[in-house]
Amino acid sequence: MSTSTTIEIAGLGKSFGAMRAVDDLSFSVRPGQVTGFLGPNGAGKTTTLRMLLGLVRPTEGTATFGGTEYRNLKDPLATVGTALEASSFHPGRSARNHLRVYARAAGIGMKRVDAVLAQVGIAAFADRRVGGYSLGMRQRLGLAFALLGDPGVLVLDEPVNGLDPEGIKWIRSFLGQLAAEGRTVLVSSHLLSEVQQSVDRVIIISHGSLVYEGGLAELESGPRVLADSPDRAALESALLAAGADVEATAGGLAVTGLTREQVGTIALSAGAVLSLLASEHSGIEQAFLDLVGEGGSL
Amino acid sequence: MNVLTDALAALRAEFSKIFTVRMWWVLLIVLAGYVGFTAGILALVFGGVGGALASGGNAPQIPAAALPPIIYSIASSVGYVFPVLFGTLATTAEFRHQTLTPTFLATPRRGLVLGAKFVALAVVGAGYGLVALLMSVGLGSSILAATGHDTGLGDGDTWWLLARIVLAMAIWAIIGVGLGALIPSQVAAIVIVLAFTQFLEPILRLVATFWDWTASMGQYLPGAASDALVGSSIFTTLGAATGQTQSLDWWAGGLVLLAYAVVAGVFGYFTSWRRDVT
Repeated sequence: MSTSTTIEIAGLGKSFGAMRAVDDLSFSVRPGQVTGFLGPNGAGKTTTLRMLLGLVRPTEGTATFGGTEYRNLKDPLATVGTALEASSFHPGRSARNHLRVYARAAGIGMKRVDAVLAQVGIAAFADRRVGGYSLGMRQRLGLAFALLGDPGVLVLDEPVNGLDPEGIKWIRSFLGQLAAEGRTVLVSSHLLSEVQQSVDRVIIISHGSLVYEGGLAELESGPRVLADSPDRAALESALLAAGADVEATAGGLAVTGLTREQVGTIALSAGAVLSLLASEHSGIEQAFLDLVGEGGSL
Repeated sequence: MNVLTDALAALRAEFSKIFTVRMWWVLLIVLAGYVGFTAGILALVFGGVGGALASGGNAPQIPAAALPPIIYSIASSVGYVFPVLFGTLATTAEFRHQTLTPTFLATPRRGLVLGAKFVALAVVGAGYGLVALLMSVGLGSSILAATGHDTGLGDGDTWWLLARIVLAMAIWAIIGVGLGALIPSQVAAIVIVLAFTQFLEPILRLVATFWDWTASMGQYLPGAASDALVGSSIFTTLGAATGQTQSLDWWAGGLVLLAYAVVAGVFGYFTSWRRDVT
């Protein structure tokens, strides 16, 4: 494996005519963990990744691997492994030959082709033409292409798409293993639930702009605390006096802007007995939908 | 890697792309059959039956010495559409199947990829030329010999002609690459290649023979330039009998033909090849 580098996106923007696909996007991705790159369909994820890989020219800003643009990498496939949407194959070419073509272009030995075919579990079908492959097999072949140069950085666009449950389980442990080996792993998805179990950190974009960058746990703890008291009115007025946003729900008062501890302290000093005090656990998916601002389309 | 090793690697990849998909031998078989059939019929007509009829005064009069070049050059005068078609298909397939994505990921220098494609297709085009000659010379010379004609194979000029045919086929293949880069839509590119080479250009070349001033322009049409490079063709031989025909020197014909490939390739590079790959 080559040395892992960070991915640095700085002030990145792209316009397709009047359409603003990506707008002033900045974030970084660190080695040794799996970073999820989330956003609804059409949020600009693929455009961002394609700019990072030198396939699409940014309108402004830069996207680099530790300061070096993709096109200036000395050994691109040995530095960055890429699996973009699963359709970039000639249907008449076998999987083995598909990989051999690009191994030759990158000066990678032919033995490596057999190794990655085995690694993603399609060695038995390697001499079949890709035209007859299922979507799941294409995803695996795409992943094999990404691994060809044994790169320190992996950029995977929607790798879970089209996989069966077994495949999803496989790729989750596979991603974790790659990160554990010290690689930088960036995985995009339009579904939080798809990557929730395998990512350490998330970057969320919506309408081409960054809306969240940080740990999943922080996203989950969220801003809402559920509290209730036999004397709900007294608790509510005390919370309102403390400047919190309070919403009465069937299960209690949903408090925004205070931590659980602060709510407890306010209740104590107001003399209100607490019958409920909890962080809202359904928050993660809800928080994601709130962030991307178009829950219905997901 | 430095530029030279990158270029060699890109070239190896291009050859690998060509020979790992069935298209190359499918087209080659059709080319061999088509050229063999046409050259065989022509040799029979002009060499055998034509010779017998010549005394009757109806058959086209072609001097015996001109016969072998006309028959042998069927390889390019009829067969040239195959390398140009193959070059076009090889290039447009990259757009159609979105293989430009892995290609540019492996070789981010896009000019290098297009250059490698030019070189690889030139070699394959030359190979197509050799196979086409195997048919036209193999069948043609056998029939000529059997009907008591000189095969011309003892003459150095004939071999020089065969070399120019191979060169013409190589250039036609890279014209296909240039066209493919210029017209990324595979269906549109194929329709344009077939309509132009099989229909439009023959008509233009015929019309061009009507007047002096059109004849001087007609010689720059790609098919005419190719015939000039080869120096012999069934079309120029027949055309000479019917109207005004002007022909470039062989080397000028070759340069004109090469210019078509380069101009198409350069325009293709700046329009489609450098575009965003989405």
